[in-house]
Amino acid sequence: MSAAEENAAILEVADMRVWYGTRGDPVRAVDGVSFSIGAGETLGLVGESGCGKSTLGRGTLGLLPPMASVSGSVRYDGRELVGMDPKELRDMRGPELGLIFQEPMTRLDPLQTIEKHFRETLRTHEPDLDDDEVRRRSLEALAGMGIPPTRFKQYPHEFSGGMRQRIMIALALVLNPKVLIADEPTTALDVIVEAQILGILADLRRNFDTAVLLITHNLGIVAEACDRVAVMYAGEIVEQGDAREVFAEPAHPYTRELLRATISLETTGLNYIDGAPPSLIDPPPACRFHPRCPNAMAVCAELAPEETTGGGGQRVRCWLNGPEERIPEGGREPLEREEIAAAEEA
Amino acid sequence: MSRGGGLRTYVLTRVLLAIPTVFILVTMVFLLMRVAPGDPITAALGAKLPAKELEKRKKEAGYDRPIADQYVEYLGQVVTLDLGESVTDNRSVKSIIVENGSATLELTLAAFSITLLVGIPIGLLAGRFRDGPIDVGGRLFAIVIYAFPVFFLGFLAQLLASKVGWPTSGRASPIVDFDLDKISYFYVLDSLIAGDWNAFWDVLQHLFLPALVLGLTISGVMIRLVRVNLMQTLRGDYVEAARARGISERRVVINHAFRNALVPVITVAGLQFAILLSGAVLTEETFNWPGIGSELIRYLDERDYIAVQGIVVVFAIAVVFVSLLIDLVNAFIDPRVRYR
Repeated sequence: MSAAEENAAILEVADMRVWYGTRGDPVRAVDGVSFSIGAGETLGLVGESGCGKSTLGRGTLGLLPPMASVSGSVRYDGRELVGMDPKELRDMRGPELGLIFQEPMTRLDPLQTIEKHFRETLRTHEPDLDDDEVRRRSLEALAGMGIPPTRFKQYPHEFSGGMRQRIMIALALVLNPKVLIADEPTTALDVIVEAQILGILADLRRNFDTAVLLITHNLGIVAEACDRVAVMYAGEIVEQGDAREVFAEPAHPYTRELLRATISLETTGLNYIDGAPPSLIDPPPACRFHPRCPNAMAVCAELAPEETTGGGGQRVRCWLNGPEERIPEGGREPLEREEIAAAEEA
Repeated sequence: MSRGGGLRTYVLTRVLLAIPTVFILVTMVFLLMRVAPGDPITAALGAKLPAKELEKRKKEAGYDRPIADQYVEYLGQVVTLDLGESVTDNRSVKSIIVENGSATLELTLAAFSITLLVGIPIGLLAGRFRDGPIDVGGRLFAIVIYAFPVFFLGFLAQLLASKVGWPTSGRASPIVDFDLDKISYFYVLDSLIAGDWNAFWDVLQHLFLPALVLGLTISGVMIRLVRVNLMQTLRGDYVEAARARGISERRVVINHAFRNALVPVITVAGLQFAILLSGAVLTEETFNWPGIGSELIRYLDERDYIAVQGIVVVFAIAVVFVSLLIDLVNAFIDPRVRYR
């Protein structure tokens, strides 16, 4: 039984859509996504670049540019965040919902000391804190990340990338958020620092019961750090469930191909998925993966797959997994596709 | 702390580096003046005096000596700030610089204050509320004001000013100018020192029009510069990160975006200031302002090399000084600008 089912979900996202308005048709970066995370649980969100992972993370906190429109439902601790008064939502960012980013090098204001970053953050949410208390809590958060107090008054450029990411995490954790969204927190860092950061995230969930949404494109990280995994393709979640089950018995061809594409010490040749991620302005009809899917059937280009339960208890959207009765006659025939012209592919 | 140490080293290095820069500039000015055909005396007075008289004057001025001797003497002059006398009207170069230079500096300071007062707020508002009324109006204003030639804008301003009876040319009314005790040669300052309020008002009125025209012209550039930098920092990663910590939009904009946007502005603004010091000739001509730019043009016309040499040396030093100042201000604001 997964942690989400034991505890009530603290963050519940249902049928969320984020569309970016452009001059022509909108970009459907996130298109009908549902998931939930319980306290103390880590959900890994994986997918290729440009599949809408980061938009999903930011959309959850209402941190999208003005041209983006959000619909669906994001419930945090019983409260609906979509359509909430911006000021009210802003007050929740920090003490309730924290966010850490991919590129730590540019996430701290270069003109301000670390001390000022902490003071601003703490005073915004707890205006009555006195200087001593601000200092004590900041240093405590930094110490937890292995940053010594002697460096409190230094500027961001005096720290390495890994240290800056730990400072960013300390800045998020100093407010004790109940949900932490980590958007590729280790992508820009080397493996040693990556291991440190993953260790920190693991401690967090153990010690503070924090719910973590870990966005990554690295399946190794998911296997190591996550209880559950959601696989995202072209703005949709195609498979989600217990991380071990999904990895042992992937039900969706995309998940399977992703797993095949990972490299290890035994890797002798590179496996890759033919083609490129589709345009999110005009995604393929029906199942969005069908043009690249090795197992595509006639039905896959005709009807959007429905959510079913896979062999490992995971939820999956793929006709291979049924429901059988909904597949029209002849739908199980292999998909006949037009050869993609070389020029088009380029 | 490392900050204080780094800053001290930086300031010291920058100041020391300015010395060879000035030296090179001063030498180049000297060489340029010697490369030009003929000597200063012949150039300025060649057609006006008999050959014998010219020879006599050349000898007096020391132009028959080896060039190295002349160079050493010239360096001595620069160091003691005694830059000789103009050939054509026997004015000491020092007094040209003090009297006309102060006029230019006074005008430049006033104009630049207007540039900053207009350019920074409008630029910030335009960048913050992109495509809003202030942005559209500000952009239009910036282009139009920058496209207007100064003399046209100047005439327009003079026309309007004359309708309300404000003075349209010169630094002060003749009587005020005659009576004023010139101590600093900044008329605004001198009239204040004298405690003469009528003179102060008169001087201020005279200063207002050229400063406004010059200041507004440059403010166009400033608006666009501030605007584009703010738009960039507002998209910055640290701005998004601050929003993700729930910092109020006002604080995000003022504390993070504005401050970072002003760093590159300081550099360009400083260079604009340096250009203004030597390049406000059109404004000076339009308003009959006795500045050093128009004086330089006059001496160039008369081929008075000594006066030109002196004025150019001072310009060069001023530009070095201003860029040193920019570097120091930047170092105080931006902790990354340090030597380690």
